Amino acid sequence: MMENGLLGIQELAREDIETILETAIHMKEVAERDVKKVPTLRGRTIINLFFEPSTRTRTSFEIAGKRLSADVVNFTPSHSSLSKSESILDTAKTLDAMDPDAVVVRHGVAGVPKRIADELDAPVINAGDGAHEHPTQALLDMLTVLEEKDRLDGLTVTIIGDIAHSRVARSNIHGFLKMGAEVRVAAPPTMIPAAVETLGVKPFSSLREALDGADVVMALRIQRERLAGAYFPSVREYAATFGLDRAKLRFAKDDAIVMHPGPVNRGVELAHDLADHRPSVILDQVRNGVALRMAVLYLLAGRRHRRPADEGGNS
Amino acid sequence: MGRVWIRGGRVIDPSTGRDEVADVLLEDGRVEAVGHDISASDAETLDAEGCWVTPGFIDLHAHLREPGQEYKEDIASGGRAGAAGGFTGLACMANTDPVNDDPAVTDYILDRARQDCPVHVYAVAAATKGLRGEVMTEMSALVEAGAVAFSDDGRTIMDSDMQRRVLEYSRLVSKPVMVHAEDLTLVRKGVVNEGAVSTRLGLPGNPAVAETLHVARDIQLAEFTGAHLHVGHVSTAGAVALIREARERGVHVTAEVTPHHLTLTDEATLGYDTNTKMSPPLRSAADVDGCAEGLADGTLDAIATDHAPHAVYEKEVEFTEAPPGVLGFETAYPTVMELVRKNRISPMGLIASLTSNPAQVFDLPGGRLTRGSAGDVAVLDPERKWIYDPAKGYSKSRNSPWAGQEMIGRPVATFVDGALVYHVDRGVIFP
Repeated sequence: MMENGLLGIQELAREDIETILETAIHMKEVAERDVKKVPTLRGRTIINLFFEPSTRTRTSFEIAGKRLSADVVNFTPSHSSLSKSESILDTAKTLDAMDPDAVVVRHGVAGVPKRIADELDAPVINAGDGAHEHPTQALLDMLTVLEEKDRLDGLTVTIIGDIAHSRVARSNIHGFLKMGAEVRVAAPPTMIPAAVETLGVKPFSSLREALDGADVVMALRIQRERLAGAYFPSVREYAATFGLDRAKLRFAKDDAIVMHPGPVNRGVELAHDLADHRPSVILDQVRNGVALRMAVLYLLAGRRHRRPADEGGNS
Repeated sequence: MGRVWIRGGRVIDPSTGRDEVADVLLEDGRVEAVGHDISASDAETLDAEGCWVTPGFIDLHAHLREPGQEYKEDIASGGRAGAAGGFTGLACMANTDPVNDDPAVTDYILDRARQDCPVHVYAVAAATKGLRGEVMTEMSALVEAGAVAFSDDGRTIMDSDMQRRVLEYSRLVSKPVMVHAEDLTLVRKGVVNEGAVSTRLGLPGNPAVAETLHVARDIQLAEFTGAHLHVGHVSTAGAVALIREARERGVHVTAEVTPHHLTLTDEATLGYDTNTKMSPPLRSAADVDGCAEGLADGTLDAIATDHAPHAVYEKEVEFTEAPPGVLGFETAYPTVMELVRKNRISPMGLIASLTSNPAQVFDLPGGRLTRGSAGDVAVLDPERKWIYDPAKGYSKSRNSPWAGQEMIGRPVATFVDGALVYHVDRGVIFP
């Protein structure tokens, strides 16, 4: 399923996820070296195509590519020029003509990476599309949980927050379910998407019940400017009912870990002290993000343009 | 004008209930005879054995894009595509540029149709000026110019008082008011049916209640005003139920459904193909089922295509940004034949929904095959298999969810006013 890129966790098989996670563990060794660079992708070009600003994810991909010695080019179309005058597919065809080895796409609208991938010869890596998927985030989350718990199978994962508008939630739901975990979602009913059970998760409006017996608690960022008033009455009420603090965390297992895709609204979805200290593993998530993206780039950009003759000569 | 002898086909005429193998003789632009003992050796003959011979299809809902958006379609190209789909009459919507809210625009449309269009064109005029929902159009003058119905289709009159006045005033001209029934405050930015598919895709959902709520409001207003309400492109089982109940208690409400809402579910959208983006959106399997049931039991009078051409580049954008709508004429017959093949509707019922029923809803000529009626005839091969390629079709646009798919059933010949305007082997025949 990784033939043409990484568009979502939904399309992956459990074995694909295992391959990526194992590769990422190897990549972490590189990150721990004094000189954090290997020549694996030398001569290969990776384009970061970010239609939506995202310093964190873009930087993570950029560092990942550079540690593998790839040439990383950031292509950040100005918002106005793009959706008005140039169609997505025009952009895709233009990029294809530049013959990259992988294209990393972030876009505010669901489905755009898929449409670009349909046009491109190079593999496309979805770095987040609307409320659809953010596969590398889910993979780095699974890597972090695997390191903490030594397994994913049989764990109970509770995701709290705006599930309806969250690509991180969707990718994690698909991923953890495929790996054999139980996934619960907790939010006010206005933030639970329609027919959410069809994804294989159980929705809760009681945080206490959702947390009962959880091994992993994942809080999502609340888009307060966009949602307050329309999807929940106020930030204060949200923080009181669904904001995670040490008192509420007691409903989860004693050794439960706390995760967040960042950036954290301190005092809203996570209490201030919980964001910085164990059992929070937020900085491990960030650290693992680089290794995980190295693994994905290695698996996808590393195998392109190897014509049969080349392969014969090298092996 | 000559004579045409259509021989040996299965004549299906819902206006009389005739369903038998028979001949049809067209003469001087009209139906001269239908029966078994026709002999017209001097007439042009068309062997229709194995085919259905029906009144020409009448589409209550088409966007021909002229004036103003001729890069998508014009009356000439749309009319040709219609002829190739078995249509002999097309009612075109008012959301042109300029909007058809003035008798001069209606005149222009009907003039263009007379000059370069193989089929009859009927103009649906705007219900309010500029489709803005603020000031009603001059309905009497528009009817005098030829308008057959009034609609702000593409927009919705959200102001209930304005809608009430439009319905009330329409009684003066005895024409239906056709509505695009969606509560826009519920639709908001929704682009796919709200449900499992929208959740999986991560695209903003458009809930079924946006349609049912609006249909309920307009039924109440139609009942209150005594006007004729025509509900465009019904997409939900809930709206079908509301319309059924309203008709039972005598409200003057008619309705139509599109081929795509009868045959495709929202799962067609799972690949983010913008050619599956419609307004209203493709709905759930239960809604498709409800629409088919409504068509079969007569709650939904007509199949209308909502033919909505858009240029390729307009569809090659983000799903949320792409204009909604798909081509309809050339795929209408083969796609809805699926309902006959699945025994959801009888051939007679299906043909009624494409011919006599729409004629009745908008009070149009045609829709019948009786002596003296207009020589508007479709000859349809219900078994013929073919691959639909929009690039080979007559529309200027290509936005179809069925592109590249195998179709079963195809119009073989179309006659308008007794003249052959389309034959499957010869294409559109029109000077």
